[in-house]
Amino acid sequence: MTESIVVDHVSKTFTMQYHRTLKQMAVATVRGLPLNETFQAVNDVSFTVEQGESIGLMGLNGSGKSTLLKLINGVMRPDAGTIRTRGRIAGLIATGTGFHPQLSGRDNLFLNAAILGMSEAETKRKFDEIVDFANLGKFLDTPVSHYSSGMYARLGFSIAIHVDADIFLADEVLAVGDKPFKKKCMVKMQEVRKQGTTIFYVSHAAASVRAMCDRVLVLESGHLNFDGGTDEGIRYLQYDDDEASQEELLDGELGADV
Amino acid sequence: MRAANKAHQQQQADERGRRKNAAARARALAEKKADAMPVVHLEGEKQERFVDAVLTDPAPRGGILEVFQQRYLLRLIVGRELAQLYAASLLGLLWSYIQPALRFVVYYFVFGVVIAAHRGIPNFAIHLFCGIVFVHYFSETWSAGTRSIWSNRNLVLKMRVPREIFPVASMVVAFYHTGPQILVLMIASIVVGWHLSFTAVAAGVLGFAILFTFAGAMALIFAALNVYFRDFQNIVATITQFLHFMVPMMYPFSLVHDMVDKHPVIYQLYMANPLAEAVLLMQKFFWQASVDDPSSVANEFPPDLWTRGFVILGACLLLLLFAQKFFARLEGKFPERL
Ligand SMILES: Nc1ncnc2c1ncn2[C@@H]1O[C@H](COP(=O)(O)OP(=O)(O)OP(=O)(O)O)[C@@H](O)[C@H]1O
Ligand SMILES: [Mg+2]
Repeated sequence: MTESIVVDHVSKTFTMQYHRTLKQMAVATVRGLPLNETFQAVNDVSFTVEQGESIGLMGLNGSGKSTLLKLINGVMRPDAGTIRTRGRIAGLIATGTGFHPQLSGRDNLFLNAAILGMSEAETKRKFDEIVDFANLGKFLDTPVSHYSSGMYARLGFSIAIHVDADIFLADEVLAVGDKPFKKKCMVKMQEVRKQGTTIFYVSHAAASVRAMCDRVLVLESGHLNFDGGTDEGIRYLQYDDDEASQEELLDGELGADV
Repeated sequence: MRAANKAHQQQQADERGRRKNAAARARALAEKKADAMPVVHLEGEKQERFVDAVLTDPAPRGGILEVFQQRYLLRLIVGRELAQLYAASLLGLLWSYIQPALRFVVYYFVFGVVIAAHRGIPNFAIHLFCGIVFVHYFSETWSAGTRSIWSNRNLVLKMRVPREIFPVASMVVAFYHTGPQILVLMIASIVVGWHLSFTAVAAGVLGFAILFTFAGAMALIFAALNVYFRDFQNIVATITQFLHFMVPMMYPFSLVHDMVDKHPVIYQLYMANPLAEAVLLMQKFFWQASVDDPSSVANEFPPDLWTRGFVILGACLLLLLFAQKFFARLEGKFPERL
């Protein structure tokens, strides 16, 4: 077994800027208000993933899951700690990929594939497969700004899954897809998983995580509070099992997202 | 007192009720979410995958060098910029020639015919057009480069790319626009009698080197600044309006040189502008070499043109190095500032 992802004491702090114009800044300084505030989205997280492992990343809204994935795929850099990955990384983080609205689906496909590390020849070879999977029909050559959000997600997912990556990150990518397409995507992901690709799957759907993953990580306000088997992880998250912990739920962060 | 207490109790009861309600909704949501994704099981044995790579940082600090390793991606991004520029435009690429052509006509009329500043400048049209073309290249690189990260935030936010690629793409796009203009300039120079000489070529090479390093450095610095404060794109747009007046093209350099004794500081400031030096070197290549007797216009160049040129090139290389460091420093925070 080889290590695929090594995350070592990683933290990420966001600075929230309140005042953008000079006038607002001056007013804030005079009144003694803070000019910015920091927020720690990922807090001293460490774990190691072996090649071929399939990880379910769970946690409430705002617990830092997307931020952690952005750190892993290199969009963001950690403020402290180190991240090391092996091989090609593909995937979708939060809905919508880096598409350019004025460009056609075809041009976006080539551009995205190139960013994910595919050469021109490789893209051409896989072109039909990607287009078939996304099932865009005659919309392939219209600007993606005319796509429905589902079509957008289809194309994005289709490109990412066909990249033949060593690490695949899926962060609530399919939230807007319809049922048959979601099903198709899960089948495809299982296929990729079978080929030994490391998978990071973010989802609130326990049953789906149970089927897809070998291991669950639970983030709670930036802390990695659980790292272990799938069933234990899901049980760890079942706040509403008994009355006592239900109070926790009432007071806890869940209230914020309802 | 009692009333206040009662109100407080009531408030607490309300609060409890609201939370209970929220909890019920949270559970309902969790249940809905639980079967929101279809369940598909793994079929067959998992295979082992051999990954022929070492553990590395997913966000390497490759800088500009990494951009040149990813030429295919650069080509796609440049193609995309061009396509986007001329989407839904009838004249398309022609627009980037219409603007300098009009500018040329207007300047030629005002400075050449009305003010007659061209007295003593043979082939004034080439003298002027030479300035217009290279100032155009610099202005376009600088202003498009400044906007480049911001206008590509879709990509910057979602995917890992060496972010220097966007300012560099602006340089290439600007060259795509100025390339044919340079060709026109070259043809015009040859028609009026351009002749090849070693000094001319050396001046051309030095001029291009200064132009590219300076434009690239400014594009990088301002692209990073513009992510933090969008004011910078307005600042750049304002400055580029004046650039044409800050290089010797509508008026002869000898007029500028006349200031050297009366206003030495202003003269030095004027000459410290790498763009002015680059335009002078370009004029040495295109214009002086097209004049019948090149030595007759020797006073249209500073006596220390060459030393100045090398010093400025050195300064621009340092500036580019600084720009890369500066960009790399700010770049880490781009995704959260966009
Ligand atoms: N650019 C930013 N600036 C400031 N705060 C940010 C920024 N991006 C994310 N955050 C904060 O970081 C926290 C974690 O966000 P993140 O998107 O990682 O959550 P998440 O676990 O993916 O949530 P969800 O389940 O809703 O997708 C949130 O509180 C969010 O407000
Ligand atoms: Mg998220």
